[in-house]
Amino acid sequence: MLSRTADNLYWIARYMERAETAARLLEVGARISLLPTEQGYRNEWDSLLQSTGTARAFGAKYGQPAQRNIESFLFFDRDNPSSVISCLTSARENGRIVRTALTTQVWDALNTAFSEARQIEQTPRNELELSRLTDWTMKHCAMVRGAIDATLLRDDGYNFLNLGYYLERGDATARLMDVKYYVLLPRATYVGSGADNDQWMMLLRALSANRAFYWAYGGEITAAKIADFLILNPQCPRALITCVAGANNHLARLAKLYGAETGAQSRAVELLAMLEQATPAKIFDEGLHEFLGRFIGLTADLAMTIHDTYLSGDMR
Amino acid sequence: MMSNFNEMYHNGEVRIPYARLEEWTRSMGAAMRAQKQAEAEALFRRIGITFAVYGEGGDPDRLIPFDMFPRVFTALEWSRLERGIKQRARALNAFLVDVYGRGEIVRAGRIPAGLVYQNEAYEKAVVGFEPPQGVYSHIVGIDIVRTGANDFFVLEDNCRTPSGVSYMLESREMMMRMFPNLFRENRILPVDRYHSLLRRTLNSVAPAKCDGEPVVVILTPGHFNSAYYEHSFLADLMGVELVEGADLFVDGAFVYMRTTQGPRKVDVIYRRIDDAYLDPLCFRPDSMLGVPGLMDVYRSGGVTICSAPGAGVADDKAVYTFVPEMIRFYLGEEPILSNVPTWQCSKADDLKYVLEHLGELVVKEVHGSGGYGMLVGPKSTRDEIEIFRHKIVADPGNYIAQPTLALSSTPTFVDEGVAPRHVDLRPYCLVGESIELVPGGLTRVALREGSLVVNSSQGGGVKDTWVLAE
Repeated sequence: MLSRTADNLYWIARYMERAETAARLLEVGARISLLPTEQGYRNEWDSLLQSTGTARAFGAKYGQPAQRNIESFLFFDRDNPSSVISCLTSARENGRIVRTALTTQVWDALNTAFSEARQIEQTPRNELELSRLTDWTMKHCAMVRGAIDATLLRDDGYNFLNLGYYLERGDATARLMDVKYYVLLPRATYVGSGADNDQWMMLLRALSANRAFYWAYGGEITAAKIADFLILNPQCPRALITCVAGANNHLARLAKLYGAETGAQSRAVELLAMLEQATPAKIFDEGLHEFLGRFIGLTADLAMTIHDTYLSGDMR
Repeated sequence: MMSNFNEMYHNGEVRIPYARLEEWTRSMGAAMRAQKQAEAEALFRRIGITFAVYGEGGDPDRLIPFDMFPRVFTALEWSRLERGIKQRARALNAFLVDVYGRGEIVRAGRIPAGLVYQNEAYEKAVVGFEPPQGVYSHIVGIDIVRTGANDFFVLEDNCRTPSGVSYMLESREMMMRMFPNLFRENRILPVDRYHSLLRRTLNSVAPAKCDGEPVVVILTPGHFNSAYYEHSFLADLMGVELVEGADLFVDGAFVYMRTTQGPRKVDVIYRRIDDAYLDPLCFRPDSMLGVPGLMDVYRSGGVTICSAPGAGVADDKAVYTFVPEMIRFYLGEEPILSNVPTWQCSKADDLKYVLEHLGELVVKEVHGSGGYGMLVGPKSTRDEIEIFRHKIVADPGNYIAQPTLALSSTPTFVDEGVAPRHVDLRPYCLVGESIELVPGGLTRVALREGSLVVNSSQGGGVKDTWVLAE
């Protein structure tokens, strides 16, 4: 497969996952805005923007976070490369370039999302409920994902797509947790207090994991349980360990297909081993923020190695 | 206006190839027609077959209008066209081999030396090089117009990278999907072998240095190109990689593509970029689309480029006049398809005639394409004609003129129902080890009433083209 094709496939997946992340953040942000504010919450919109790394760009363009502006920024704004519309457009553009590496169904799903997005852009804003926009985004992300799983040849392209999905997802989970790390710090005095509970719920919701959490753990919510769920529990679809294991799986398949192990495989194996040996206690000993920072750095290294090895086309 | 040949109704009768279509049209009410048209449009948009028009801005994903009313040829009509097209494709390739070799046709005084050797499209970089199988132009698109039951004229030849074949294939898919009954009732020859014939043609011209199954790629300028859909469509049908210049590199005597498993040697490049952009070391140094060093590999027989660099000199509009002469000279045959009589503005007598008759002629730039830079005398205002007159006088060598032909028309769906509209035909002749032509082509239709310009960039549409079995 052409390196450029592999690169385009990888980015289709990253953009689709990023669109879904943006939509999920919008949903949870809107929900928070419905809660009473007199308890002195920090500005939750701001922390959501920070998790996508776009707070500065937002501030420069809009100033203070106001809900309508945030909606514009996270959903519509083409100047924001991480907005839903930008991501869907980029994913479709990448898809158009590698049309031959996609099935009709996958292309159709990408193209339909794109054409509907253009219609939404032309709809007056007061006719658009935020919940409709986020549902719409999730639906199309699921359709693309479903078309990939149901129709795509399990060749190298499929592995590159999945690498994109897993790396983007792991990165998003880690960043979101990092923005909220201070609410997860075990502070005996505050445990079980209303404010912390709300913050934790917010975090779980932002990862579409609130129901799943109760199924998996039950009982009282604690910081340790949440950290365990989102970092170390392989049942949680967005947990760091799930994402790293997924990336490992697809890298192993590539190595087998190509008959060659590379630095990408060994890095991914190391990262997985690091998570498998971790426990909530060890993580809190190191410091949650430090641990997450380390994870984000290692994921970025892995992504860079994958790029250099397979996607850049630089001849080894 | 001259009277036009209507391909369906002639002397008050329905011509035989269209016999079954009359009832079909009558049985389809306005509501049904609108529904089918909407269905077709949705399908075209879904598969992403769109067309961008240079310099117009607007919707980059514009659809080419598709007319559901097919254009039909009998087996007899087609067999003559086929012989004529293949004859022409053979002669054009013989001419190219000759003018980059010994130049016999020039020595024999059958075509002026200046017209060939001073031609902008004459590629000095390939003089003395004969490509595999002696083929320069592997896909020859020959634009044909009809003026009567037995009168066909070649309007121009396209020897470089004629586009539009995806519309021929997709239009057929669309028709078979929407009107299966028509295909049961009529015996319509299939065109879906095109891509396997194209693949076979490209394989057959692999360089001598290639052993084993040749690796074929399509080279595209990229997804911003208006024909990108076609490039990816053909790559997909043939199962070959669609590459951009940056995906290829030269190492030693060969060209390689960058893959996830390292370099892979490429044997045949079906390029859809112009000569000037192929290799910045040989042609335009500012080209970002090409592959540095490609021409050296090509000239040393490490890779085949289709069409071969330099093929453009055969489809120049001034050289066009001499194609009948080429057929006589190389093949010793009389041309089966006629040329349109053409005045060369570079000749004093012709120029004088043209300037005196601008109001009735079609004037074209020698190197123009896509219906740009032309004057259709009878359809132009006095001012437009005067502006063109100045251009011609300023640079006569850049223009040729032809009579305004009474282009045939075929029934076409329009807002008011069915009405005749002018059409032309572009078949795609494949030249490799053998010469192949699928029974069909791209019929372009001028959708505006009375218009003679069928180019998709100028408001033209496309139709499915049928050739009936005997």
